[in-house]
Amino acid sequence: MPKLLSGAEIVFKALEDQKVEYIFGYPGGAVLPIYDELKNHKSIKHILARHEQGAGHSAEGYARSSGKPGVLLVTSGPGATNAVTALTDAYMDSVPLVCISGQVPTHLIGTDAFQECDTTGITRPCTKHNWLVKDVNDLSRVLHLAFEVATTGRPGPVLVDIPKDIQFKKGKYKFFKNTLKKKLNGKVSNKIHNSELDKFIDLMKKSSKPIFYTGGGVINSGPDASKHLRELVSLTGFPITSTLQGLGAYPGDDPQFLGMLGMHGTYEANNAMHDCDLMINIGARFDDRITGKVDEFSPGSKKIHVDIDPSSIGKNIKVDLAIVSDVTELLKSLNKRFKEKNKNFVSSNKQKTSKWWEQIGKWREKKSLNFINSNKVIKPQHAVQRLYELTKDQDTFITTEVGQHQMWAAQHYKFNKPNRWMTSGGLGTMGYGLPAAIGVQIANPGKLVVDIAGEASVLMTMQEMSTAVQYRLPIKIFILNNEYMGMVRQWQELLHEKNYSESYTAALPDFVKLAESYGCVGIRAKTPEELDGKIKEMINIDKPVIFDCVVDKAENCFPMIPSGKPHNQMILGPEEEEQISDEGKILV
Amino acid sequence: MAKSKSAYSVPGKIGKIERRIIVVWVDNEAGVLARIAGLFSGRGYNIESLAVAEVDKKKHISRITIVTEGTPQVIEQINLQLKKLVPVHKVADFKRGEKDILFRELALFKILGNSKKIEKVKKICKKFNPVVLDKTSKSVVIQVTALRAEIDKLALDLKSLGLISTSRTGAVAMTKGPKIFN
Repeated sequence: MPKLLSGAEIVFKALEDQKVEYIFGYPGGAVLPIYDELKNHKSIKHILARHEQGAGHSAEGYARSSGKPGVLLVTSGPGATNAVTALTDAYMDSVPLVCISGQVPTHLIGTDAFQECDTTGITRPCTKHNWLVKDVNDLSRVLHLAFEVATTGRPGPVLVDIPKDIQFKKGKYKFFKNTLKKKLNGKVSNKIHNSELDKFIDLMKKSSKPIFYTGGGVINSGPDASKHLRELVSLTGFPITSTLQGLGAYPGDDPQFLGMLGMHGTYEANNAMHDCDLMINIGARFDDRITGKVDEFSPGSKKIHVDIDPSSIGKNIKVDLAIVSDVTELLKSLNKRFKEKNKNFVSSNKQKTSKWWEQIGKWREKKSLNFINSNKVIKPQHAVQRLYELTKDQDTFITTEVGQHQMWAAQHYKFNKPNRWMTSGGLGTMGYGLPAAIGVQIANPGKLVVDIAGEASVLMTMQEMSTAVQYRLPIKIFILNNEYMGMVRQWQELLHEKNYSESYTAALPDFVKLAESYGCVGIRAKTPEELDGKIKEMINIDKPVIFDCVVDKAENCFPMIPSGKPHNQMILGPEEEEQISDEGKILV
Repeated sequence: MAKSKSAYSVPGKIGKIERRIIVVWVDNEAGVLARIAGLFSGRGYNIESLAVAEVDKKKHISRITIVTEGTPQVIEQINLQLKKLVPVHKVADFKRGEKDILFRELALFKILGNSKKIEKVKKICKKFNPVVLDKTSKSVVIQVTALRAEIDKLALDLKSLGLISTSRTGAVAMTKGPKIFN
């Protein structure tokens, strides 16, 4: 007869067998038995957040920068509801999270007990799957299944709700492996057929105006996917653009890279998407920020779509060739087959795509990321550029909050490796970046981790600075402070007759003093001259830093595709007709 | 300058809406119906009727039959999204008019009236396998099985004959011949 373990012991046994090293969490009444057991498991370290949302985003940052699932431990009721934003965020951006929540004892479920809520009911639409465990002998199977569901197919969050009496009860433990009888996402086999590859290659060979459009699926598939993608792009000589989530899969400073596409993407990327005759979508999902007006989206192109999730295919845009596959597997076989029959493709195909590259060159001449720099106030784009220049020689990890600063970071910071860029794209969660940076720093000790933030966003989860100080995590919070919710203000200026309704924060804390009160370092930069010196100072401090970068309050984020417009109708600058002189213009 | 006042894109062209019957085999576990219903409501799909019961007591498999309507794109999404749910084993979907598929719905009618009236009711129901489940001097409960539209019409016709209560199941479906759904 196997030794019987308590539910709490089973939880840790399962976490150990899943090789979990860190749990992000916050204790409370309904998880006390699990917290009591923590001391007996030295290989698992608990990171105490200051709010369950913070714990959740930290787990996301950990997962996205390490490729391993993030683990979250919260109590019942408010503990679980506070985690909902992070779970939804992870669901939208396909981040593998396993959330373990405490629940009131089984005999109290349904009685409106203290700190009771219908956790599985609340989290059903924001998890891949969730479980309420009512029998301790189910617990080990459910926990291992939870890890499997979170990490296979299109990754995402799962939740296991464990009533307090189950945590005390004794039961059997067993390590279950591959309990899912079918492949996830509804597909039984992921075999790639040669006929599909041949069709893929044929479309590429016939195209004279091709473009690769790659997304977060490349990152989620693991670092090998980026390697294979780079090989394919160099084998074909085709231009490539990336979504917000895909940045880093392909080097941001490579001449074949056209920059990010979408609402705030570059002129060349969006126009190339609109005018191409072949669009090769690898691991992206035709999101509404990418497509703009669906009816006028890239009207003349054949489209190939590679996605691990069958429900992503044909959801927004009809495609000509759909392949349901993991990106790594697909690219590996595609490159192999392509190389077999197409030696020197780039040189033999040069003629065919030369006009296309010429056209792209013309679009590039617009220099759509330009802005008018100033020597009096710090322009936020300039601040991001300087941060990039001063950190690009070391392996830097960037997280962001949500808004203008996020788009400027995506436009002006060039990523060369996958898993270096953590941003809330799908849900657009203000307050994501600071706690995410904590998780990133834990997964990557000794590396430089910077949260490019806005002052409004960062205040939403500012309490997590206390976590960073407690665990000596030298994260850098680089705030582009314009005293406005910048993106809200920008939309109000452009679309609501400059009625700046409630988008100005009239009372902000002194971020330098705030940093000091948390026990970290505060730095403020007010002028362009002092910016470089202060950024260097920030990088060299081996402690958490809040950097208050006081920037131009009225700057808008361009280029921009107004909603409901096709890709070839972008707004390039503050005044379309205004001639921007070469002086004072920063070339990027 | 932008004419759109929304941060979201404007709706595109809408395809032709058609009615479909979707059959789903699921593990009969707590919350599974909420998962299916939540998927429909959360993504803005329609449920016209829904019939569910366990069909395999050993493996605890339930068979859910959902009547829905939507554009071909929406129907495809419903299929694909359903298949992603962990407790879902398989999904099949059919058009109402498909030849190889049988559809049936069951209805109970309670009618008040004297025996003469009730005889008339039975006559109207004749084509639809009527079974009298309960009879008193003043009332009758009659069971019929038919297609949805037939029951709709029957209910309308019985109104003037003293119909006071109607209870209907959703549609259930099965293939004709030796084949089964795959």
